[in-house]
Amino acid sequence: MSLRGVLREAGAAAFVALALALPLAGVRLSDGGGDALEFRPWWVVIAVASVFAGRAALALWRSVGEGAGVPAGLPWFDRAVARLTPHRTLLLGAFFLAVAVLPLTPFADRRMVDLATLVMIYVMLGWGLNIVVGLAGLLDLGYVAFYAVGAYSYTLLAIHFDLGFWACLPLAGAFAALFGVLLGFPVLRLRGDYLAIVTLGFGEMVRIVLINFSSLTRGSEGITRIPAPSFFGLSFTANPAPGEEAFHQFFGLPFAGIHKLIFLYYIILVLALLTHLFSERIRRLPVGRAWEALREDEIASRALGLNPVLIKLSAFGLGAMFAGFAGSFFATRQGFINPSSFTFIESAIILAIVVLGGMGSQVGVICAAIVLILLPELARDLAEFRMLLFGGAMVLIMVWRPRGILAHRAPSIRLGAAAPGRAGGSAP
Amino acid sequence: MEYFLQQLINGLTLGAVYGLIAIGYTMVYGIIGMINFAHGEIYMIGSFIALICFSILGLAGVASVPLAILVVLLIAILFTAAYGWAVERLAYRPLRGSFRLAPLISAIGMSIFLQNYVQLIQGARVKAMEPLVTGAFVLMEKGGFNVTISVMQIVIMALTVVLMAGFSLLISRTSLGRAQRACEQDRKMAALCGIDADRTVSLTFVLGAGLAAVAGVMTTLHYGVIDFFIGFLVGLKAFTAAVLGGIGSLPGAMLGGVLIGLVEAFWAAYFLAEYKDVAAFSILVLVLIFRPTGLLGRPEVEKV
Repeated sequence: MSLRGVLREAGAAAFVALALALPLAGVRLSDGGGDALEFRPWWVVIAVASVFAGRAALALWRSVGEGAGVPAGLPWFDRAVARLTPHRTLLLGAFFLAVAVLPLTPFADRRMVDLATLVMIYVMLGWGLNIVVGLAGLLDLGYVAFYAVGAYSYTLLAIHFDLGFWACLPLAGAFAALFGVLLGFPVLRLRGDYLAIVTLGFGEMVRIVLINFSSLTRGSEGITRIPAPSFFGLSFTANPAPGEEAFHQFFGLPFAGIHKLIFLYYIILVLALLTHLFSERIRRLPVGRAWEALREDEIASRALGLNPVLIKLSAFGLGAMFAGFAGSFFATRQGFINPSSFTFIESAIILAIVVLGGMGSQVGVICAAIVLILLPELARDLAEFRMLLFGGAMVLIMVWRPRGILAHRAPSIRLGAAAPGRAGGSAP
Repeated sequence: MEYFLQQLINGLTLGAVYGLIAIGYTMVYGIIGMINFAHGEIYMIGSFIALICFSILGLAGVASVPLAILVVLLIAILFTAAYGWAVERLAYRPLRGSFRLAPLISAIGMSIFLQNYVQLIQGARVKAMEPLVTGAFVLMEKGGFNVTISVMQIVIMALTVVLMAGFSLLISRTSLGRAQRACEQDRKMAALCGIDADRTVSLTFVLGAGLAAVAGVMTTLHYGVIDFFIGFLVGLKAFTAAVLGGIGSLPGAMLGGVLIGLVEAFWAAYFLAEYKDVAAFSILVLVLIFRPTGLLGRPEVEKV
């Protein structure tokens, strides 16, 4: 490509950048009225110049580099993944072992355990949503509603009926599953994007009800002093109530705040593993196969006699149940909930984790959760730009690698090559 | 009765705004089959550009209000169309052949990006403007309650009607409209017949963004306060309106918009105002249960 071509391309891009930057970047409105305007010509100049330079660099690289254009995807990454896949079991086992002993290692401080717990909550949510979106192919944009139902039902049960965490957990899951089925009913006949928008609407509806139904949910103030879980009756407080024994007293350790965090870490680890094992098992069961059949071709599944109503409702319900478990854990970990934790952005993040990880890929969800949750937390000083970079990253990853980070998903059943009657390998 | 009439007027005005934005959603869905999640943010950007232009014109000492509105409309449409075009080029065109979820995720990402972009460069606080178009007409008076229709409301409704008429003419009579209808039916075939499908899609986005810009200007004039987050809920409701009216149908989008506006106004007036959004979504769910393709939509034939 000639220099003129490069300049023309870069010039066109710069012109568009000018149109975009001129009004919003070039002029800043004063807050809350008044006539003051701040003119920022330098911002426009910098924006236009950087777009010009960037586009020129891109055009030059394309003309002298690979020739075919910007490579779609990362060939070296795919090769690395392909080389590691045969050793998958070993690698995953080692990873799981590392995760299991992480809090006990000497360099695990409060922040690390806390961050790991946060990532695991989202991994569990990702695996739960994977049941609905990845396995059954139902595009659910309102998953945060079940998360909220789980959190609030746990909280209200714990506070009003004085039940412990372990008693409330299944109840909260049941409530969330019930909501999942209730949500599933109106959307049975909807496909694709209609389903997406209605589930999105449901998510918003739940949030609005949570904010306004103050008599039950205490509205925007939220509910505080949610009881924490106990380890077989041992609480984790520094000064237990008379008659109760504390964890550190029983084991003869000095009190450390990190004990509770480690306990919570192991709880969420167990819950997340439960979700993973459930997903893996249910793919082999008729229910799971029905979900996947529905995802692949709904009309064909109906022609084969599968009942789409039951399939869809079961997918919604079970996916919602795991969100309910995660919500209960979230409530008990934070000790405080309010509706602002359950916005559409959360649904979008969880969906992004599922899709960016590679739909249906269990390991992919872990990778995507680490990328999308851990990295922004570590880059705390860029806190202002966090959501901006998040949105930009979503667009970039989709444009560049639409199938997700780990795009490969092994089929549930392999015929012929393996021994007859033996199910094929599980998904990566 | 008077209260009812007043809410009717308010609802129609609100519905006109929703309808203008809903047309953008429905056109994009009709032509490439994806929900443009970022469309609400385009509307928000339109309203910001409008406010900026009004402020600049105010500082420049332009006294004539109709002239100012005209100039602001043109400038806002131009710049917002640039945004719409850029969003399509960057976030959607590369994903044209990809699986169904990819453009959706990209759109959600773009929506988040645009929201935070405006939040960062314009500040998170509310921006306000004093009302330029004042004055109202009293239609009815009974028992101390006046049914008024403000000049701004008349402007909004009149402009919407004019734009709708112009748009229908554009779609049915011009070659661009023919190209668009052809691409809606079968993009590959249209390309084989010599229509530049890429350009038609870009123009669709640009037109949708232009209409959203008009809606943004009207919002700025009518309400006087804007912030970076107005795009989300309005966008959601406008898409609800588009689906309600039957996605892919232009009159359906306007009808859906008007219905949602009326439902919202009446619900807020006669029942609990906090739950008006819940009412709007519930209407959507009810309509979709009994008429899955919307009110004026064509039944989708799925071939096996």
